Amino acid sequence: MFTDMEWQALQLSLAVATRSVLFSLPPAMAVAWVLARGRFTGRALLDAFVHLPLVLPPVAVGYLLLVLFGNRGPLGGWLLETFGIQLMFSRAGAALATAVMSFPLMVRAIRISLEHVDPGLEQAARTLGAGAFDRFRSVTLPLMLPGVLAGAVTAFAASLGEFGAVITFVSNIPGETRTLPLALYTALQMPGGEAVAARLAGLSFGLGLAGLALADLLARRVRALLGP
Amino acid sequence: MLEVSVRHRLGRFMLDAAFSAPAPALVALFGTSGSGKTSVVNAVAGLLRPDAGRVVLDDEVLFDAARGIDVPAERRRLGYVFQDARLFPHLDVRGNLGYGLRRSRAPARIAFDDVVALLGLEALLARRPRGLSGGERQRVALGRALLAQPRLLLLDEPLASLDAARRDEVLPYLERLRDQWQLPMLYVSHQFDEVLRLATHLVLMEQGSVVAAGSLAEMALHPALGRLAGEAAVGAVLDSTVTAVDGDTGLASITAGSGSLRVPAGGLVPGAPVRLQLLARDVILATEPPHGLSVRNALVGTVTAMQAGSAHSQRVAVDVGGVTVLARVTSLAAAELQLAPGMPVWVLVKAVSLRAAAHGSGGPRP
Repeated sequence: MFTDMEWQALQLSLAVATRSVLFSLPPAMAVAWVLARGRFTGRALLDAFVHLPLVLPPVAVGYLLLVLFGNRGPLGGWLLETFGIQLMFSRAGAALATAVMSFPLMVRAIRISLEHVDPGLEQAARTLGAGAFDRFRSVTLPLMLPGVLAGAVTAFAASLGEFGAVITFVSNIPGETRTLPLALYTALQMPGGEAVAARLAGLSFGLGLAGLALADLLARRVRALLGP
Repeated sequence: MLEVSVRHRLGRFMLDAAFSAPAPALVALFGTSGSGKTSVVNAVAGLLRPDAGRVVLDDEVLFDAARGIDVPAERRRLGYVFQDARLFPHLDVRGNLGYGLRRSRAPARIAFDDVVALLGLEALLARRPRGLSGGERQRVALGRALLAQPRLLLLDEPLASLDAARRDEVLPYLERLRDQWQLPMLYVSHQFDEVLRLATHLVLMEQGSVVAAGSLAEMALHPALGRLAGEAAVGAVLDSTVTAVDGDTGLASITAGSGSLRVPAGGLVPGAPVRLQLLARDVILATEPPHGLSVRNALVGTVTAMQAGSAHSQRVAVDVGGVTVLARVTSLAAAELQLAPGMPVWVLVKAVSLRAAAHGSGGPRP
């Protein structure tokens, strides 16, 4: 039904989105924590900074990544020299670009769920002998889990569809950085590629539906576990 | 022994409270809403860090601003029962009860099964907090705090969110803790009837300060009590014992100073410790031996002090053989009877107006 090229794009998209979510989850939780609970000057600035990818053109984000993480960029050069990691034109770079683009969505979902966790419950845990990490693990984390899951699913879906930042930062290399939307764009550029484009669009559609259904199922499971 | 002295500024509110209380005792912090009771308890628990002061429990300094000591709340080993229970919604009752128990490093003096039996939680163990009634929630919260093996139990208006029936459901358990387990407790309340039923010691608070502190019997006579609890609640509190129960008349005799009072027996047995409140408004004073009255309780005493009460009334303190009784009389009556300190009087109390409640260890439980 699908050609090798199409399967390759699908597998690549899933791999990039998975990596993107896994790597951005811990920092997103930390930032959400700071934004929800922190009381410091500059919080509004951090909040605005985190939300920048939502309002910037994706191509601009890709360009910024190129400047920072390109092989001659301050961070990219260091990564390449020290660890031999090249982000530019690589799958890891595609994951970074999608992670940056979906980061605000993830932070937002986690932050909202964290703001709904009653600090009184953490105080209660404290009086029962639970230290800071113990409290987080045994009370806060289970109660914010619905938000973490929602954030992860949303970010995963957004990562599957990210186009501008990816093509700008890591280009459009088959098998390395050509994810579903990039393959779809490429097919449209080719004469007679409409059939391929339609199939790829259908694939994206199915993937999106499956993701939504999964998110709904997870949310219901967690709600049943936690209560209202 | 619990010693508390804390100073803390919360916006425009200034908390400056100090008291000490012996242990084991049930110390009630009593005052109107906003008098700073909860802040005091939070400072003892370690949830509020006062600007200055000290908190010492049994010779262990938990907080001392001057010496820079501040034991974290999680290592103070104090149980805390919050007004709103604060059960963990993602754990069932068993999980909630076990939360503190698993984290306690002290030897388990208080056993899981004992707490479940004491608080009647057997049927609830597998349930989630959201399905519990208010009274059940508070019982679980109480059990959870107990199982953390606390040295002192803090209770912040644990009954305030409950209706009368639910309160009566939880109160006996608190009495059992006090009497059978001898667990020291610091109890916040703005309901004087709760205090009367539970407390051995009382700390009166008003606008962030401690007005007075002492045993309940002492504090019941304190002039500030009328202002804080309402004039109708003013009256002497007697902790005494039942000397005899007469089945024919349905009356029990209770020692009161040099004399004896007869009250409706309702469930009392000879030898049982009881607590009796003689409301000042129910006490009548006579300057001559009473004749031809239906009142059966007459004690001989001497006026020791007089204070102006509210609305043209006087509060008269009368010593009846080592026990002080308060009477509320109109200023007119006080003037016409020429009541004055040192004067001998007869104290009359209607038996039906007295409510005696079993109180203290060994007494029958409601």
